[in-house]
This record gives sequence, C-alpha cells and structure tokens, in this order.
Amino acid sequence: MPPVTYLEAIRQGIWEEMERDERVFILGEDIGVYGGAFKVTEGMLERFGESRVIDTPISETAIVGAACGAALMGMRPIAEMQFIDFISCCFDMITNFAAKSRYRWGAGIPIVVRGPCGGGVHGGPFHSQNVEAYFFHTPGLKIVEPATAYDAKGLIKAAIRDEDPVLYFEHKYLYRLPKLREELPAEDYIVPIGKAAVKRKGRDISIITYGAMLHVALEAADTLQQEGIDVEVIDLRTLLPLDEETILNSVAKTSKAIILHEDTRTGGIGGEIAAIISEKAFEYLDGPIVRVTAPDTPVPYSPPLEEFFLPNVPKLLKAARELAAY
Amino acid sequence: MRASDEVELKMLYYMKLARELETRIERKLYRQGKIVGGVYVGRGQEAISVGSVIHSRSGDVISPCHRDMGAFLIRGVSPGRILAQYMGRKSGLTRGRDGNMHMGDLKHGLIAFVSHLGDSVPVAVGIALSFKLRRQPNVEFCIFGDGATSTGAFHEGINFASVQQLPIVFICNNNQYAYSTPLRLQMNIKRVAERAAAYGIPAETIDGNDVLAVYETVGRAVERARSGGGPMFIECVTFRMTGHSAHDDARYVPQEAFQEWAKKDPILRLEKALKKKRLINGQGLKELDERIAREVDEAVEWAEAQPYPEPQECLENVYYAPELEGAKTNA
Repeated sequence: MPPVTYLEAIRQGIWEEMERDERVFILGEDIGVYGGAFKVTEGMLERFGESRVIDTPISETAIVGAACGAALMGMRPIAEMQFIDFISCCFDMITNFAAKSRYRWGAGIPIVVRGPCGGGVHGGPFHSQNVEAYFFHTPGLKIVEPATAYDAKGLIKAAIRDEDPVLYFEHKYLYRLPKLREELPAEDYIVPIGKAAVKRKGRDISIITYGAMLHVALEAADTLQQEGIDVEVIDLRTLLPLDEETILNSVAKTSKAIILHEDTRTGGIGGEIAAIISEKAFEYLDGPIVRVTAPDTPVPYSPPLEEFFLPNVPKLLKAARELAAY
Repeated sequence: MRASDEVELKMLYYMKLARELETRIERKLYRQGKIVGGVYVGRGQEAISVGSVIHSRSGDVISPCHRDMGAFLIRGVSPGRILAQYMGRKSGLTRGRDGNMHMGDLKHGLIAFVSHLGDSVPVAVGIALSFKLRRQPNVEFCIFGDGATSTGAFHEGINFASVQQLPIVFICNNNQYAYSTPLRLQMNIKRVAERAAAYGIPAETIDGNDVLAVYETVGRAVERARSGGGPMFIECVTFRMTGHSAHDDARYVPQEAFQEWAKKDPILRLEKALKKKRLINGQGLKELDERIAREVDEAVEWAEAQPYPEPQECLENVYYAPELEGAKTNA
C-alpha cells in the first residue's frame, strides 16, 4: 500500500467501513457532489450512491438529530461538521439527546460526529477552534483525536463500530502534512478507544498531549535530548474516557508532568488531567504539574497574533527546561 | 377513510383509559405525594394521539410528547409500567432514570423525548430517513405542540424531511397555550399549519377534539407517506384543559375558555356519536367506565408495590457494556 496522508487515512477508514457494513452512511454539508470542504469524502458519492452519501441543508441540529434517529433504527450514521466550530449549532442534540439516551431509556446511539478542528491555517476564530472542552463534561459521549495517519484510520473505524456517540476530531493542520505520510497495514485494524499511546519513551518528564501538538512535543523532545533532558511523550488519542493508567504510569516513572494542548487554558481538559495526576500520583511528583496551552482568547486571524496564540516548540522548550531544573 | 365500528369503539376505550389514568396520576397520586417532580397530562387532547396512533402498524415509530398518553397505551405499554415510571420505580420504562412522560421503548416503537421540545422533530426525521434509505414501508408519527414549532430544531427538521420527501406525518397538537404563552405571543400567523407551506409540505387544520376527523385526516396522511408521497402536516386544534403541569393553576387562561371547551370534550363527543349509531348505550358506557377504573386500580396497586432502583444503579448504563445488554432497560 502506498503511503497516505492523515486525511487519506480517514477517507480510507470511512470507505472501508462503508464497504464492510451496509448500515453505515454519511451525511453533512457539501460532502456528496463536492466531496467535502477538505475532500475527505471525495469519490464516495460515485461509489456508494445518494442513499448512503447525503448532501444536507445547512442544519447542524437536523444533521445530528437525523443521525440520532437513524441510529436508533439500527443504522450507523457518520455526521460531518464542515468545520468542527459548527458543532456548537447542534450542542443540544449531542449533549441532551445523544449523550443521555442510553442512560435514560436504554437506547444506544451509535453515531459518529466528525469534523476538522484546530488552528495554524489562518482560519480565524470560527475555523480554528478546539471544542473538546465543551463536550468533555458530558457523560455518555466519547471523544477521540488522532495525531497520526495510522491512528486516524484505526480510530475512525473504531468510532464507527462503537455503540456509543463518538466525537471524532481531525486536526486540519495535519490533513496533508507531508511528514505524516505513512504506509498503513493492508489488513483491517482498529485503534481501541480509551487507550493512549506512548509515542516516545523517556525518563525525566512526561509530556501528555494530543492532536497537532503531538508533533510539537516530538520536535521539542529531540532538542531537549541534546540538553540531557529525556522526555516521554504520551499521545492521548482518546480524550474521553481518559486513559488514566497510561498517564499515571508515566508520571510515576518520570515524576514531572507537562500537559500540552492547543485548546485555550481555562477549562481546557489539561485542568482535569492535572487534577487526576495530583489526586492519584501526588507521592511521585517532584515538581508542579505544568500546562502549556493557548491563552484565554478566541483564535485570532492575523499571522503575528495567531503565532502568539498557538503553543509551539519554543514555548514548550521553555516550560520543559524550567520544570527539568525544578 | 372512515373508521370501522370496531375501531371507533377501540378509540373510545383508549381515550377513556388515557383520561382515567392521567386523572389518577394528577389528582390522586401526585397530590398524595406518591409522584414527585413534574406531572403533565393531556386532558382534553386525547383525540389527537388516539386518532393518529391507532393507524400505526408494526415497524412504524411514534415520537410523542407529554400530552400523548394515548400513544403509549395504543402501542402496548401497560398502565402499570407507566405508573411505575411516574413513581420512579425500577420497573418503569426508564428504571427511574427519567420521570413522567419522558419515557420510550424501542420494542414498541416509541421514542423517549427530551425536555428540549422541538428536538424530537429532527430525530423523528432521521427515523423516517432510515425507512427511506432501507426502503421500508414504515411511517413516523411525529407529535408536538404549538410551542415546539417556534424552535430552530423544528424548522430544521421539517425542512430536511420535505427536501428528502420522507415518510413522516407531522401532527401538531395546537392546544393554544405553551405554558402561559398564548398562541398570539408564540407566532404571528393564524394557524400553525401555515408554517408547513414554507417548507413545501401539504397541511390541514382540523378539529382536534373530533377523533373521527383526526382518524380520517391522519389516516390519509399515513397512507400518503407510506406509499412514498412524502410528509404532511396536520394541525389539530384543541384546548389544554389543565395548567401546563400539575402545579400550574392556569390563572392566565380566561376561565370562560375552559367552560366553552368542556362542551367540546372529545370523549363526550365520541360517546354521543356512538350512541347515535347505537354502537353503545348508557349501560354499556357505565360498564366500560367501571372496567377501565378497575384496570387502572389494578395498575396502581401493582405499580405501588414495585421496588425502587438501588442507589448504586445511578452509575450504570452511561456507556455500552456487553454484560448489561441482557438486562436492558426495556426488558
């Protein structure tokens, strides 16, 4: 199999599931004839037809609501949010209908709501957000965010097969990034939901991260290695439910933790991770739990503003050196 | 499409059962403190859910709201389990997870609605979408009130249904009040059915207290939907003969309206029509009322004896767990 981009991996994952399971179908804005704003669903209308690839009106509540209804009838809908920023339009449907359905009346809702998240593409406030914090708080949902092509394909398959509503966030900066191209296994595989991955083993500091920030962490790790700081990098992959075991095992080993996320600081999921580490690994800590995040502002558009906003390698290096010296 | 004699008698039974059950819920059990939280009955509006849902077949799905007790009864949910639901017992339809009419059962094709009214519409549309995609000859019965038609969810939902020409019947219970909000503060049109034209959906406005008219009109809409003719919108004009909930005395409603609409009571009207056709007489009605009262008595007795859920059950069923599948809520 030739190497594929992160985006192509997602497309392959959806395509293979649609081939494999006739209950799977996709709906969203511009996903059919246009192949999706980012072309994730390109070619699917020709292959699978109008009854499995549905171009909808601009109606996020109806898109997700209809997905819920079809899921109740045993289908496996994948609802696309053209930009994940638009998920706020169907907040109610996700948090009050989908998330609570199994708990309230035993009716599971196996939908996937997927869309491109994140900044670094000059998208401005409404095309660059990271929305996990809004939904992290909602029992009944699952949230995943792959950072590699391999994980992207494995997680979209796992999400489609999952019996619960899964929010699948694709970081748009990673979509066509050349260095993420990789050869994927020919055979069917999934990446289990709820399992983080240690993407770099280390001894001195645990960097807990996800999405595009994984690659910031890995790049910083190389520089830090030369300074004698050996960091362990954990890619969460699943944000909800968190893989506490992997996080705590790492901190027990290193005794120092940095949580790195592109999302803004206050109320970002880093706070929850820090609380878990503090509660359950306090004895192991040799320094404060550090968060490297975006500041508490909307995502700005102008390049110098966005550069100030986004966490990056220099900011992470600074935090890691300070923590290493603590 | 006229109702047969048998169906007319069935509709009488269901309307009376719904009325008796809800009277027991609101005026007895709630006031005795045996039901806590909210109680929302559909008194005076029974013809709408009964005259509609009686058309449903196996495989059809109903999306009711809180005024639609008739829908649950017709689809086969026992009064006992409904009472257990109201009283938060383990054998209620939600095992105590949700209260009052917030219940559903996929086995009976009943979707549990959420308090965010209007949200039920896109879900119902998705159900109808699944019928279309899988070429199933089924119909979705989507019942909601006048107030719900103000929500964005409603508009997005029916628009999508019309674009896709889905097998769904939209039944609007226009009881003229949404809590304390009268129709004139809810919309600037005379009839809710006018909304449907904006979405290319044929619509009719009928007397919602005439169960035979509901039967006839919804029957046509269901046949049309089932044969691929797309959605219809049926506005059933009625009146909410209670407050919004058991704790609302509805003092904002002009009291003459209650007197006026009491004369148009759907059950009295059907009784009169059936007597005229000699399908039932005074004695028969008395016996029917006694039978129904006994049925509800037994259901109350059964439900009151049902255990509460264990406190620890609070933590269960947030996510899918294979080992719990056998002990599903709607066993």
